[in-house]
Amino acid sequence: MTPDRGFLRLPMRNRELSLIGLALLITTAGFAAVQLARAQEFASSPLIAAAFFAGAYLVAHLVVRFTLPDADPYVLPITAVLTAIGLIEIYRIDATLARDQGIWILIGLALFIGVIIAFRDIRRLETLRYTCGALAVVLLLATITLGAQVNGARLWIRIGGLQIQPGEFAKILLVIFLAGYLRERREVLAAPTRKLLGVGIPALRHSLPLLIIAGASLVLLVAMNDLGSSLLFYVIALAMLYIATGRLLFVALGGGLFALGAAAAVQITPHVQTRIDGWLHPWANEQAQCCYQITQSIYTIADGGVLGAGFGRGLILNSAGGTIIPFAQTDFIYSVIANEMGLVGAAAVILLYLLLAWRGFRIATTADDGFSKLLAAGLATAVAFQVFVIVGGVIRLLPLTGLTLPFVSYGGSSVTANFAIAGLLLCISQRANRERV
Amino acid sequence: MNRRIGNLFIVLAVGLLALIGMTTYWQVWARSSLEARQANVRLVYRDLAIDRGAIVSSDGVTLAESKPGTLDGRTVYYRHYPTAGLAAQLVGYSSLLAGRAGLERSLDPELTGSTGDLAGVVNSFDRMKGDTVRGDQVVLRLNAAAQKVAMEQLTSLGVRGSVVVLDPSSGGILVMASTPTYDPNTGLEKALSDPGSPLLNRATQGLYPPGSTFKVVTAASALDAGVVTPDTKFPGPACINSGGQPLCNYHGHAYGPHNFGYALIHSINTTFAKVGAELGQDKLEATMRGFGFFSRFPWDYPPEQTLPSGIFNRSGNMISANAPIDVPRVAIGQERLLATPLQMAEVAAAVANGGQIIQPEPVQEVRAPDGSVVRRPSPVYLGRAMTTETAATLRGLMKQVVDEGTGGAAAVAGLDVAGKTGTAETGRAGKNDAWFIGFAPAEASRYAFAVLVEDVAGTGGDVAAPIVAAVLRALTALTT
Repeated sequence: MTPDRGFLRLPMRNRELSLIGLALLITTAGFAAVQLARAQEFASSPLIAAAFFAGAYLVAHLVVRFTLPDADPYVLPITAVLTAIGLIEIYRIDATLARDQGIWILIGLALFIGVIIAFRDIRRLETLRYTCGALAVVLLLATITLGAQVNGARLWIRIGGLQIQPGEFAKILLVIFLAGYLRERREVLAAPTRKLLGVGIPALRHSLPLLIIAGASLVLLVAMNDLGSSLLFYVIALAMLYIATGRLLFVALGGGLFALGAAAAVQITPHVQTRIDGWLHPWANEQAQCCYQITQSIYTIADGGVLGAGFGRGLILNSAGGTIIPFAQTDFIYSVIANEMGLVGAAAVILLYLLLAWRGFRIATTADDGFSKLLAAGLATAVAFQVFVIVGGVIRLLPLTGLTLPFVSYGGSSVTANFAIAGLLLCISQRANRERV
Repeated sequence: MNRRIGNLFIVLAVGLLALIGMTTYWQVWARSSLEARQANVRLVYRDLAIDRGAIVSSDGVTLAESKPGTLDGRTVYYRHYPTAGLAAQLVGYSSLLAGRAGLERSLDPELTGSTGDLAGVVNSFDRMKGDTVRGDQVVLRLNAAAQKVAMEQLTSLGVRGSVVVLDPSSGGILVMASTPTYDPNTGLEKALSDPGSPLLNRATQGLYPPGSTFKVVTAASALDAGVVTPDTKFPGPACINSGGQPLCNYHGHAYGPHNFGYALIHSINTTFAKVGAELGQDKLEATMRGFGFFSRFPWDYPPEQTLPSGIFNRSGNMISANAPIDVPRVAIGQERLLATPLQMAEVAAAVANGGQIIQPEPVQEVRAPDGSVVRRPSPVYLGRAMTTETAATLRGLMKQVVDEGTGGAAAVAGLDVAGKTGTAETGRAGKNDAWFIGFAPAEASRYAFAVLVEDVAGTGGDVAAPIVAAVLRALTALTT
């Protein structure tokens, strides 16, 4: 294990830089592979794109090097590999979409830099907890009232020519709010003041906000027509509550409450019902609304086999030039990855998320203030659980939902919001590591 | 707090690893069963990578071809049928939507270059390398010009029906028409649910009472068994009793004393019913078996599109050999007897052929992409239906059917046409199935044929015989 030890002896920022270099190699090779597989003659445009991509990550690295010298060295390279894989597969589907996604990655990295400069001292964010909470509510209300239905779910609002998915940002704001709120109230929430049927429960005025979150999640389920988003919000809240109070009973009660509520709510949301039908009986009627996407997704995944078809060599597009699976570049990007990169590549992508979650939780454990711990754990949970829900949906482990695969799926809101998460994690780790050093 | 953070990480890690587990299930465990699923469009898209061989007629008309296009960055081949509905049922289709049928199905291994021989193995290496596999070209025996005349004859009458012309010396299918038809390029989806069943190849899948054309089979059986000679005398009443029901001549006509030959030429039911009764069920059914009844013709066409002819019960199943039947009525082609036009063309071909049954053969030759001939089928004899002497006797009598009997409308100047008319009762008033079967020239025949027109008021001699004449004129015009 000498080389590893050698690597770990490197200063953290040099570790980050060398890993980003590795990510850039993957990017260039991937673009070249797609280019070779699909174009008759060699074009330089994808290499120019790869150069832009490299430049952007190097700038981000330099900013981290000067502002957050002690921050975690793995988070940024992981996002580099994930965005690269996403960009390559999107380029393979449609070059125009890839150009947009490239711009979103640049904007995302700019936001990342903005976040680490603004919240270099993460305690500054704690003072903004109620502002964040209020903003989250406003964004979600805007989605519900102004939202347009795309693919059955109401997750989008249109501003000018832009389509925005406010839920992606509301998710982060909610985590910030909960981290601040729970740090403030965790003692009173953890220490029951009265007993009901032998079980200690906190006073109503302390637990009221949590009941509101539970109710709000169910309202979101009905209003957004999407099980995934409401489940994500609720699980984030429960996970953070568990970390803050250590009371599994809350989690169990909350989980049961949500399951009952969801079971009832599904009855009045036909779109969610269709998704559940497609989950339970996809082969019954493969051409029907319920089941076409999920069965095509499974065929696409299975077709990849262990080693995959290779970048640009799978069968993803139909004769009309569209994708065989509708929404392949957003919800179903994992199916495309599994097809072209095979089980090896798909498992590697999941393991990258596991690694990212591990870094997030590790940052949470090393941080020494409650707010930082809750924030890091909440953000890591948000990313990991979102991956679980969307990938679980496209492989039929769970009902299909309208979430994006962080850093990989096509979409400006998703990419930029996830870069904000990466920035916040680095800010927390800077403070934690600096105090340690 | 750190312990709880650790617990939460473990829960999420288990969830993420479950994703890898489920992905492994689809990509490794379930992969082959998913690949074989009919609804998996990937299968069809994969087939599009093959430059499927063309199907052309013997007179050089392209009936099916592959046109290159692009799909997801690769070259693919879409099937195109330049002649649309001309021979749509025989040629069949190879479609993303509906799979394959007809010759497109039965000749698929050659058309896709995936035969079991050396060429097929070389192609499977090409497939692995990602090179385009080119299938073999198939040249049919079909004569497109005569096929066109047959289709025009049927469609101009606005009827459902079929025309089959075989080359009796090789079994080659020169014409195989079926109406209504459809355009496999654009009309397949509609045809699948069309109540007129345009996808049905009426030549091989249509079962009809053969009526008086079946008297050729009865006569062959009776002559072979020595029950009659052409000169055996019969009384010729208008009606007799069979199975408790009157069995009458066409229009209740009484003929008076005549010999057996005359009864065939003028299609006298009462005489043939009597001959059938004397022959008995066993002998008649044995002759039928010799002609190919009761089993599918083994030929280069999908078995499920080749129905056997025979005697069927009400639920459409063929009845067993010894089941009670009204033999005199079977002898005149009625009762529950049903036959395909292909079967009746084979009956005519056997008479023309000196009694031998020859296997239908759609293919003239199969050519590799480099133009070399891979396969040229030679005639396959399936057995003997009657003696050479009986066949010669019947040829003489059937020539007289056209010269002086019920089949005059089939006559073609300069060509000795021999045949037998049939007007089968369908059980619906004013609706007959009109038949004409035969061969030309009467000796050393080049064409053996059967024409069937469904549900018309006219007789075989009025409706079917003129179609034969038109098709024969087209065929002879081409060869002279």
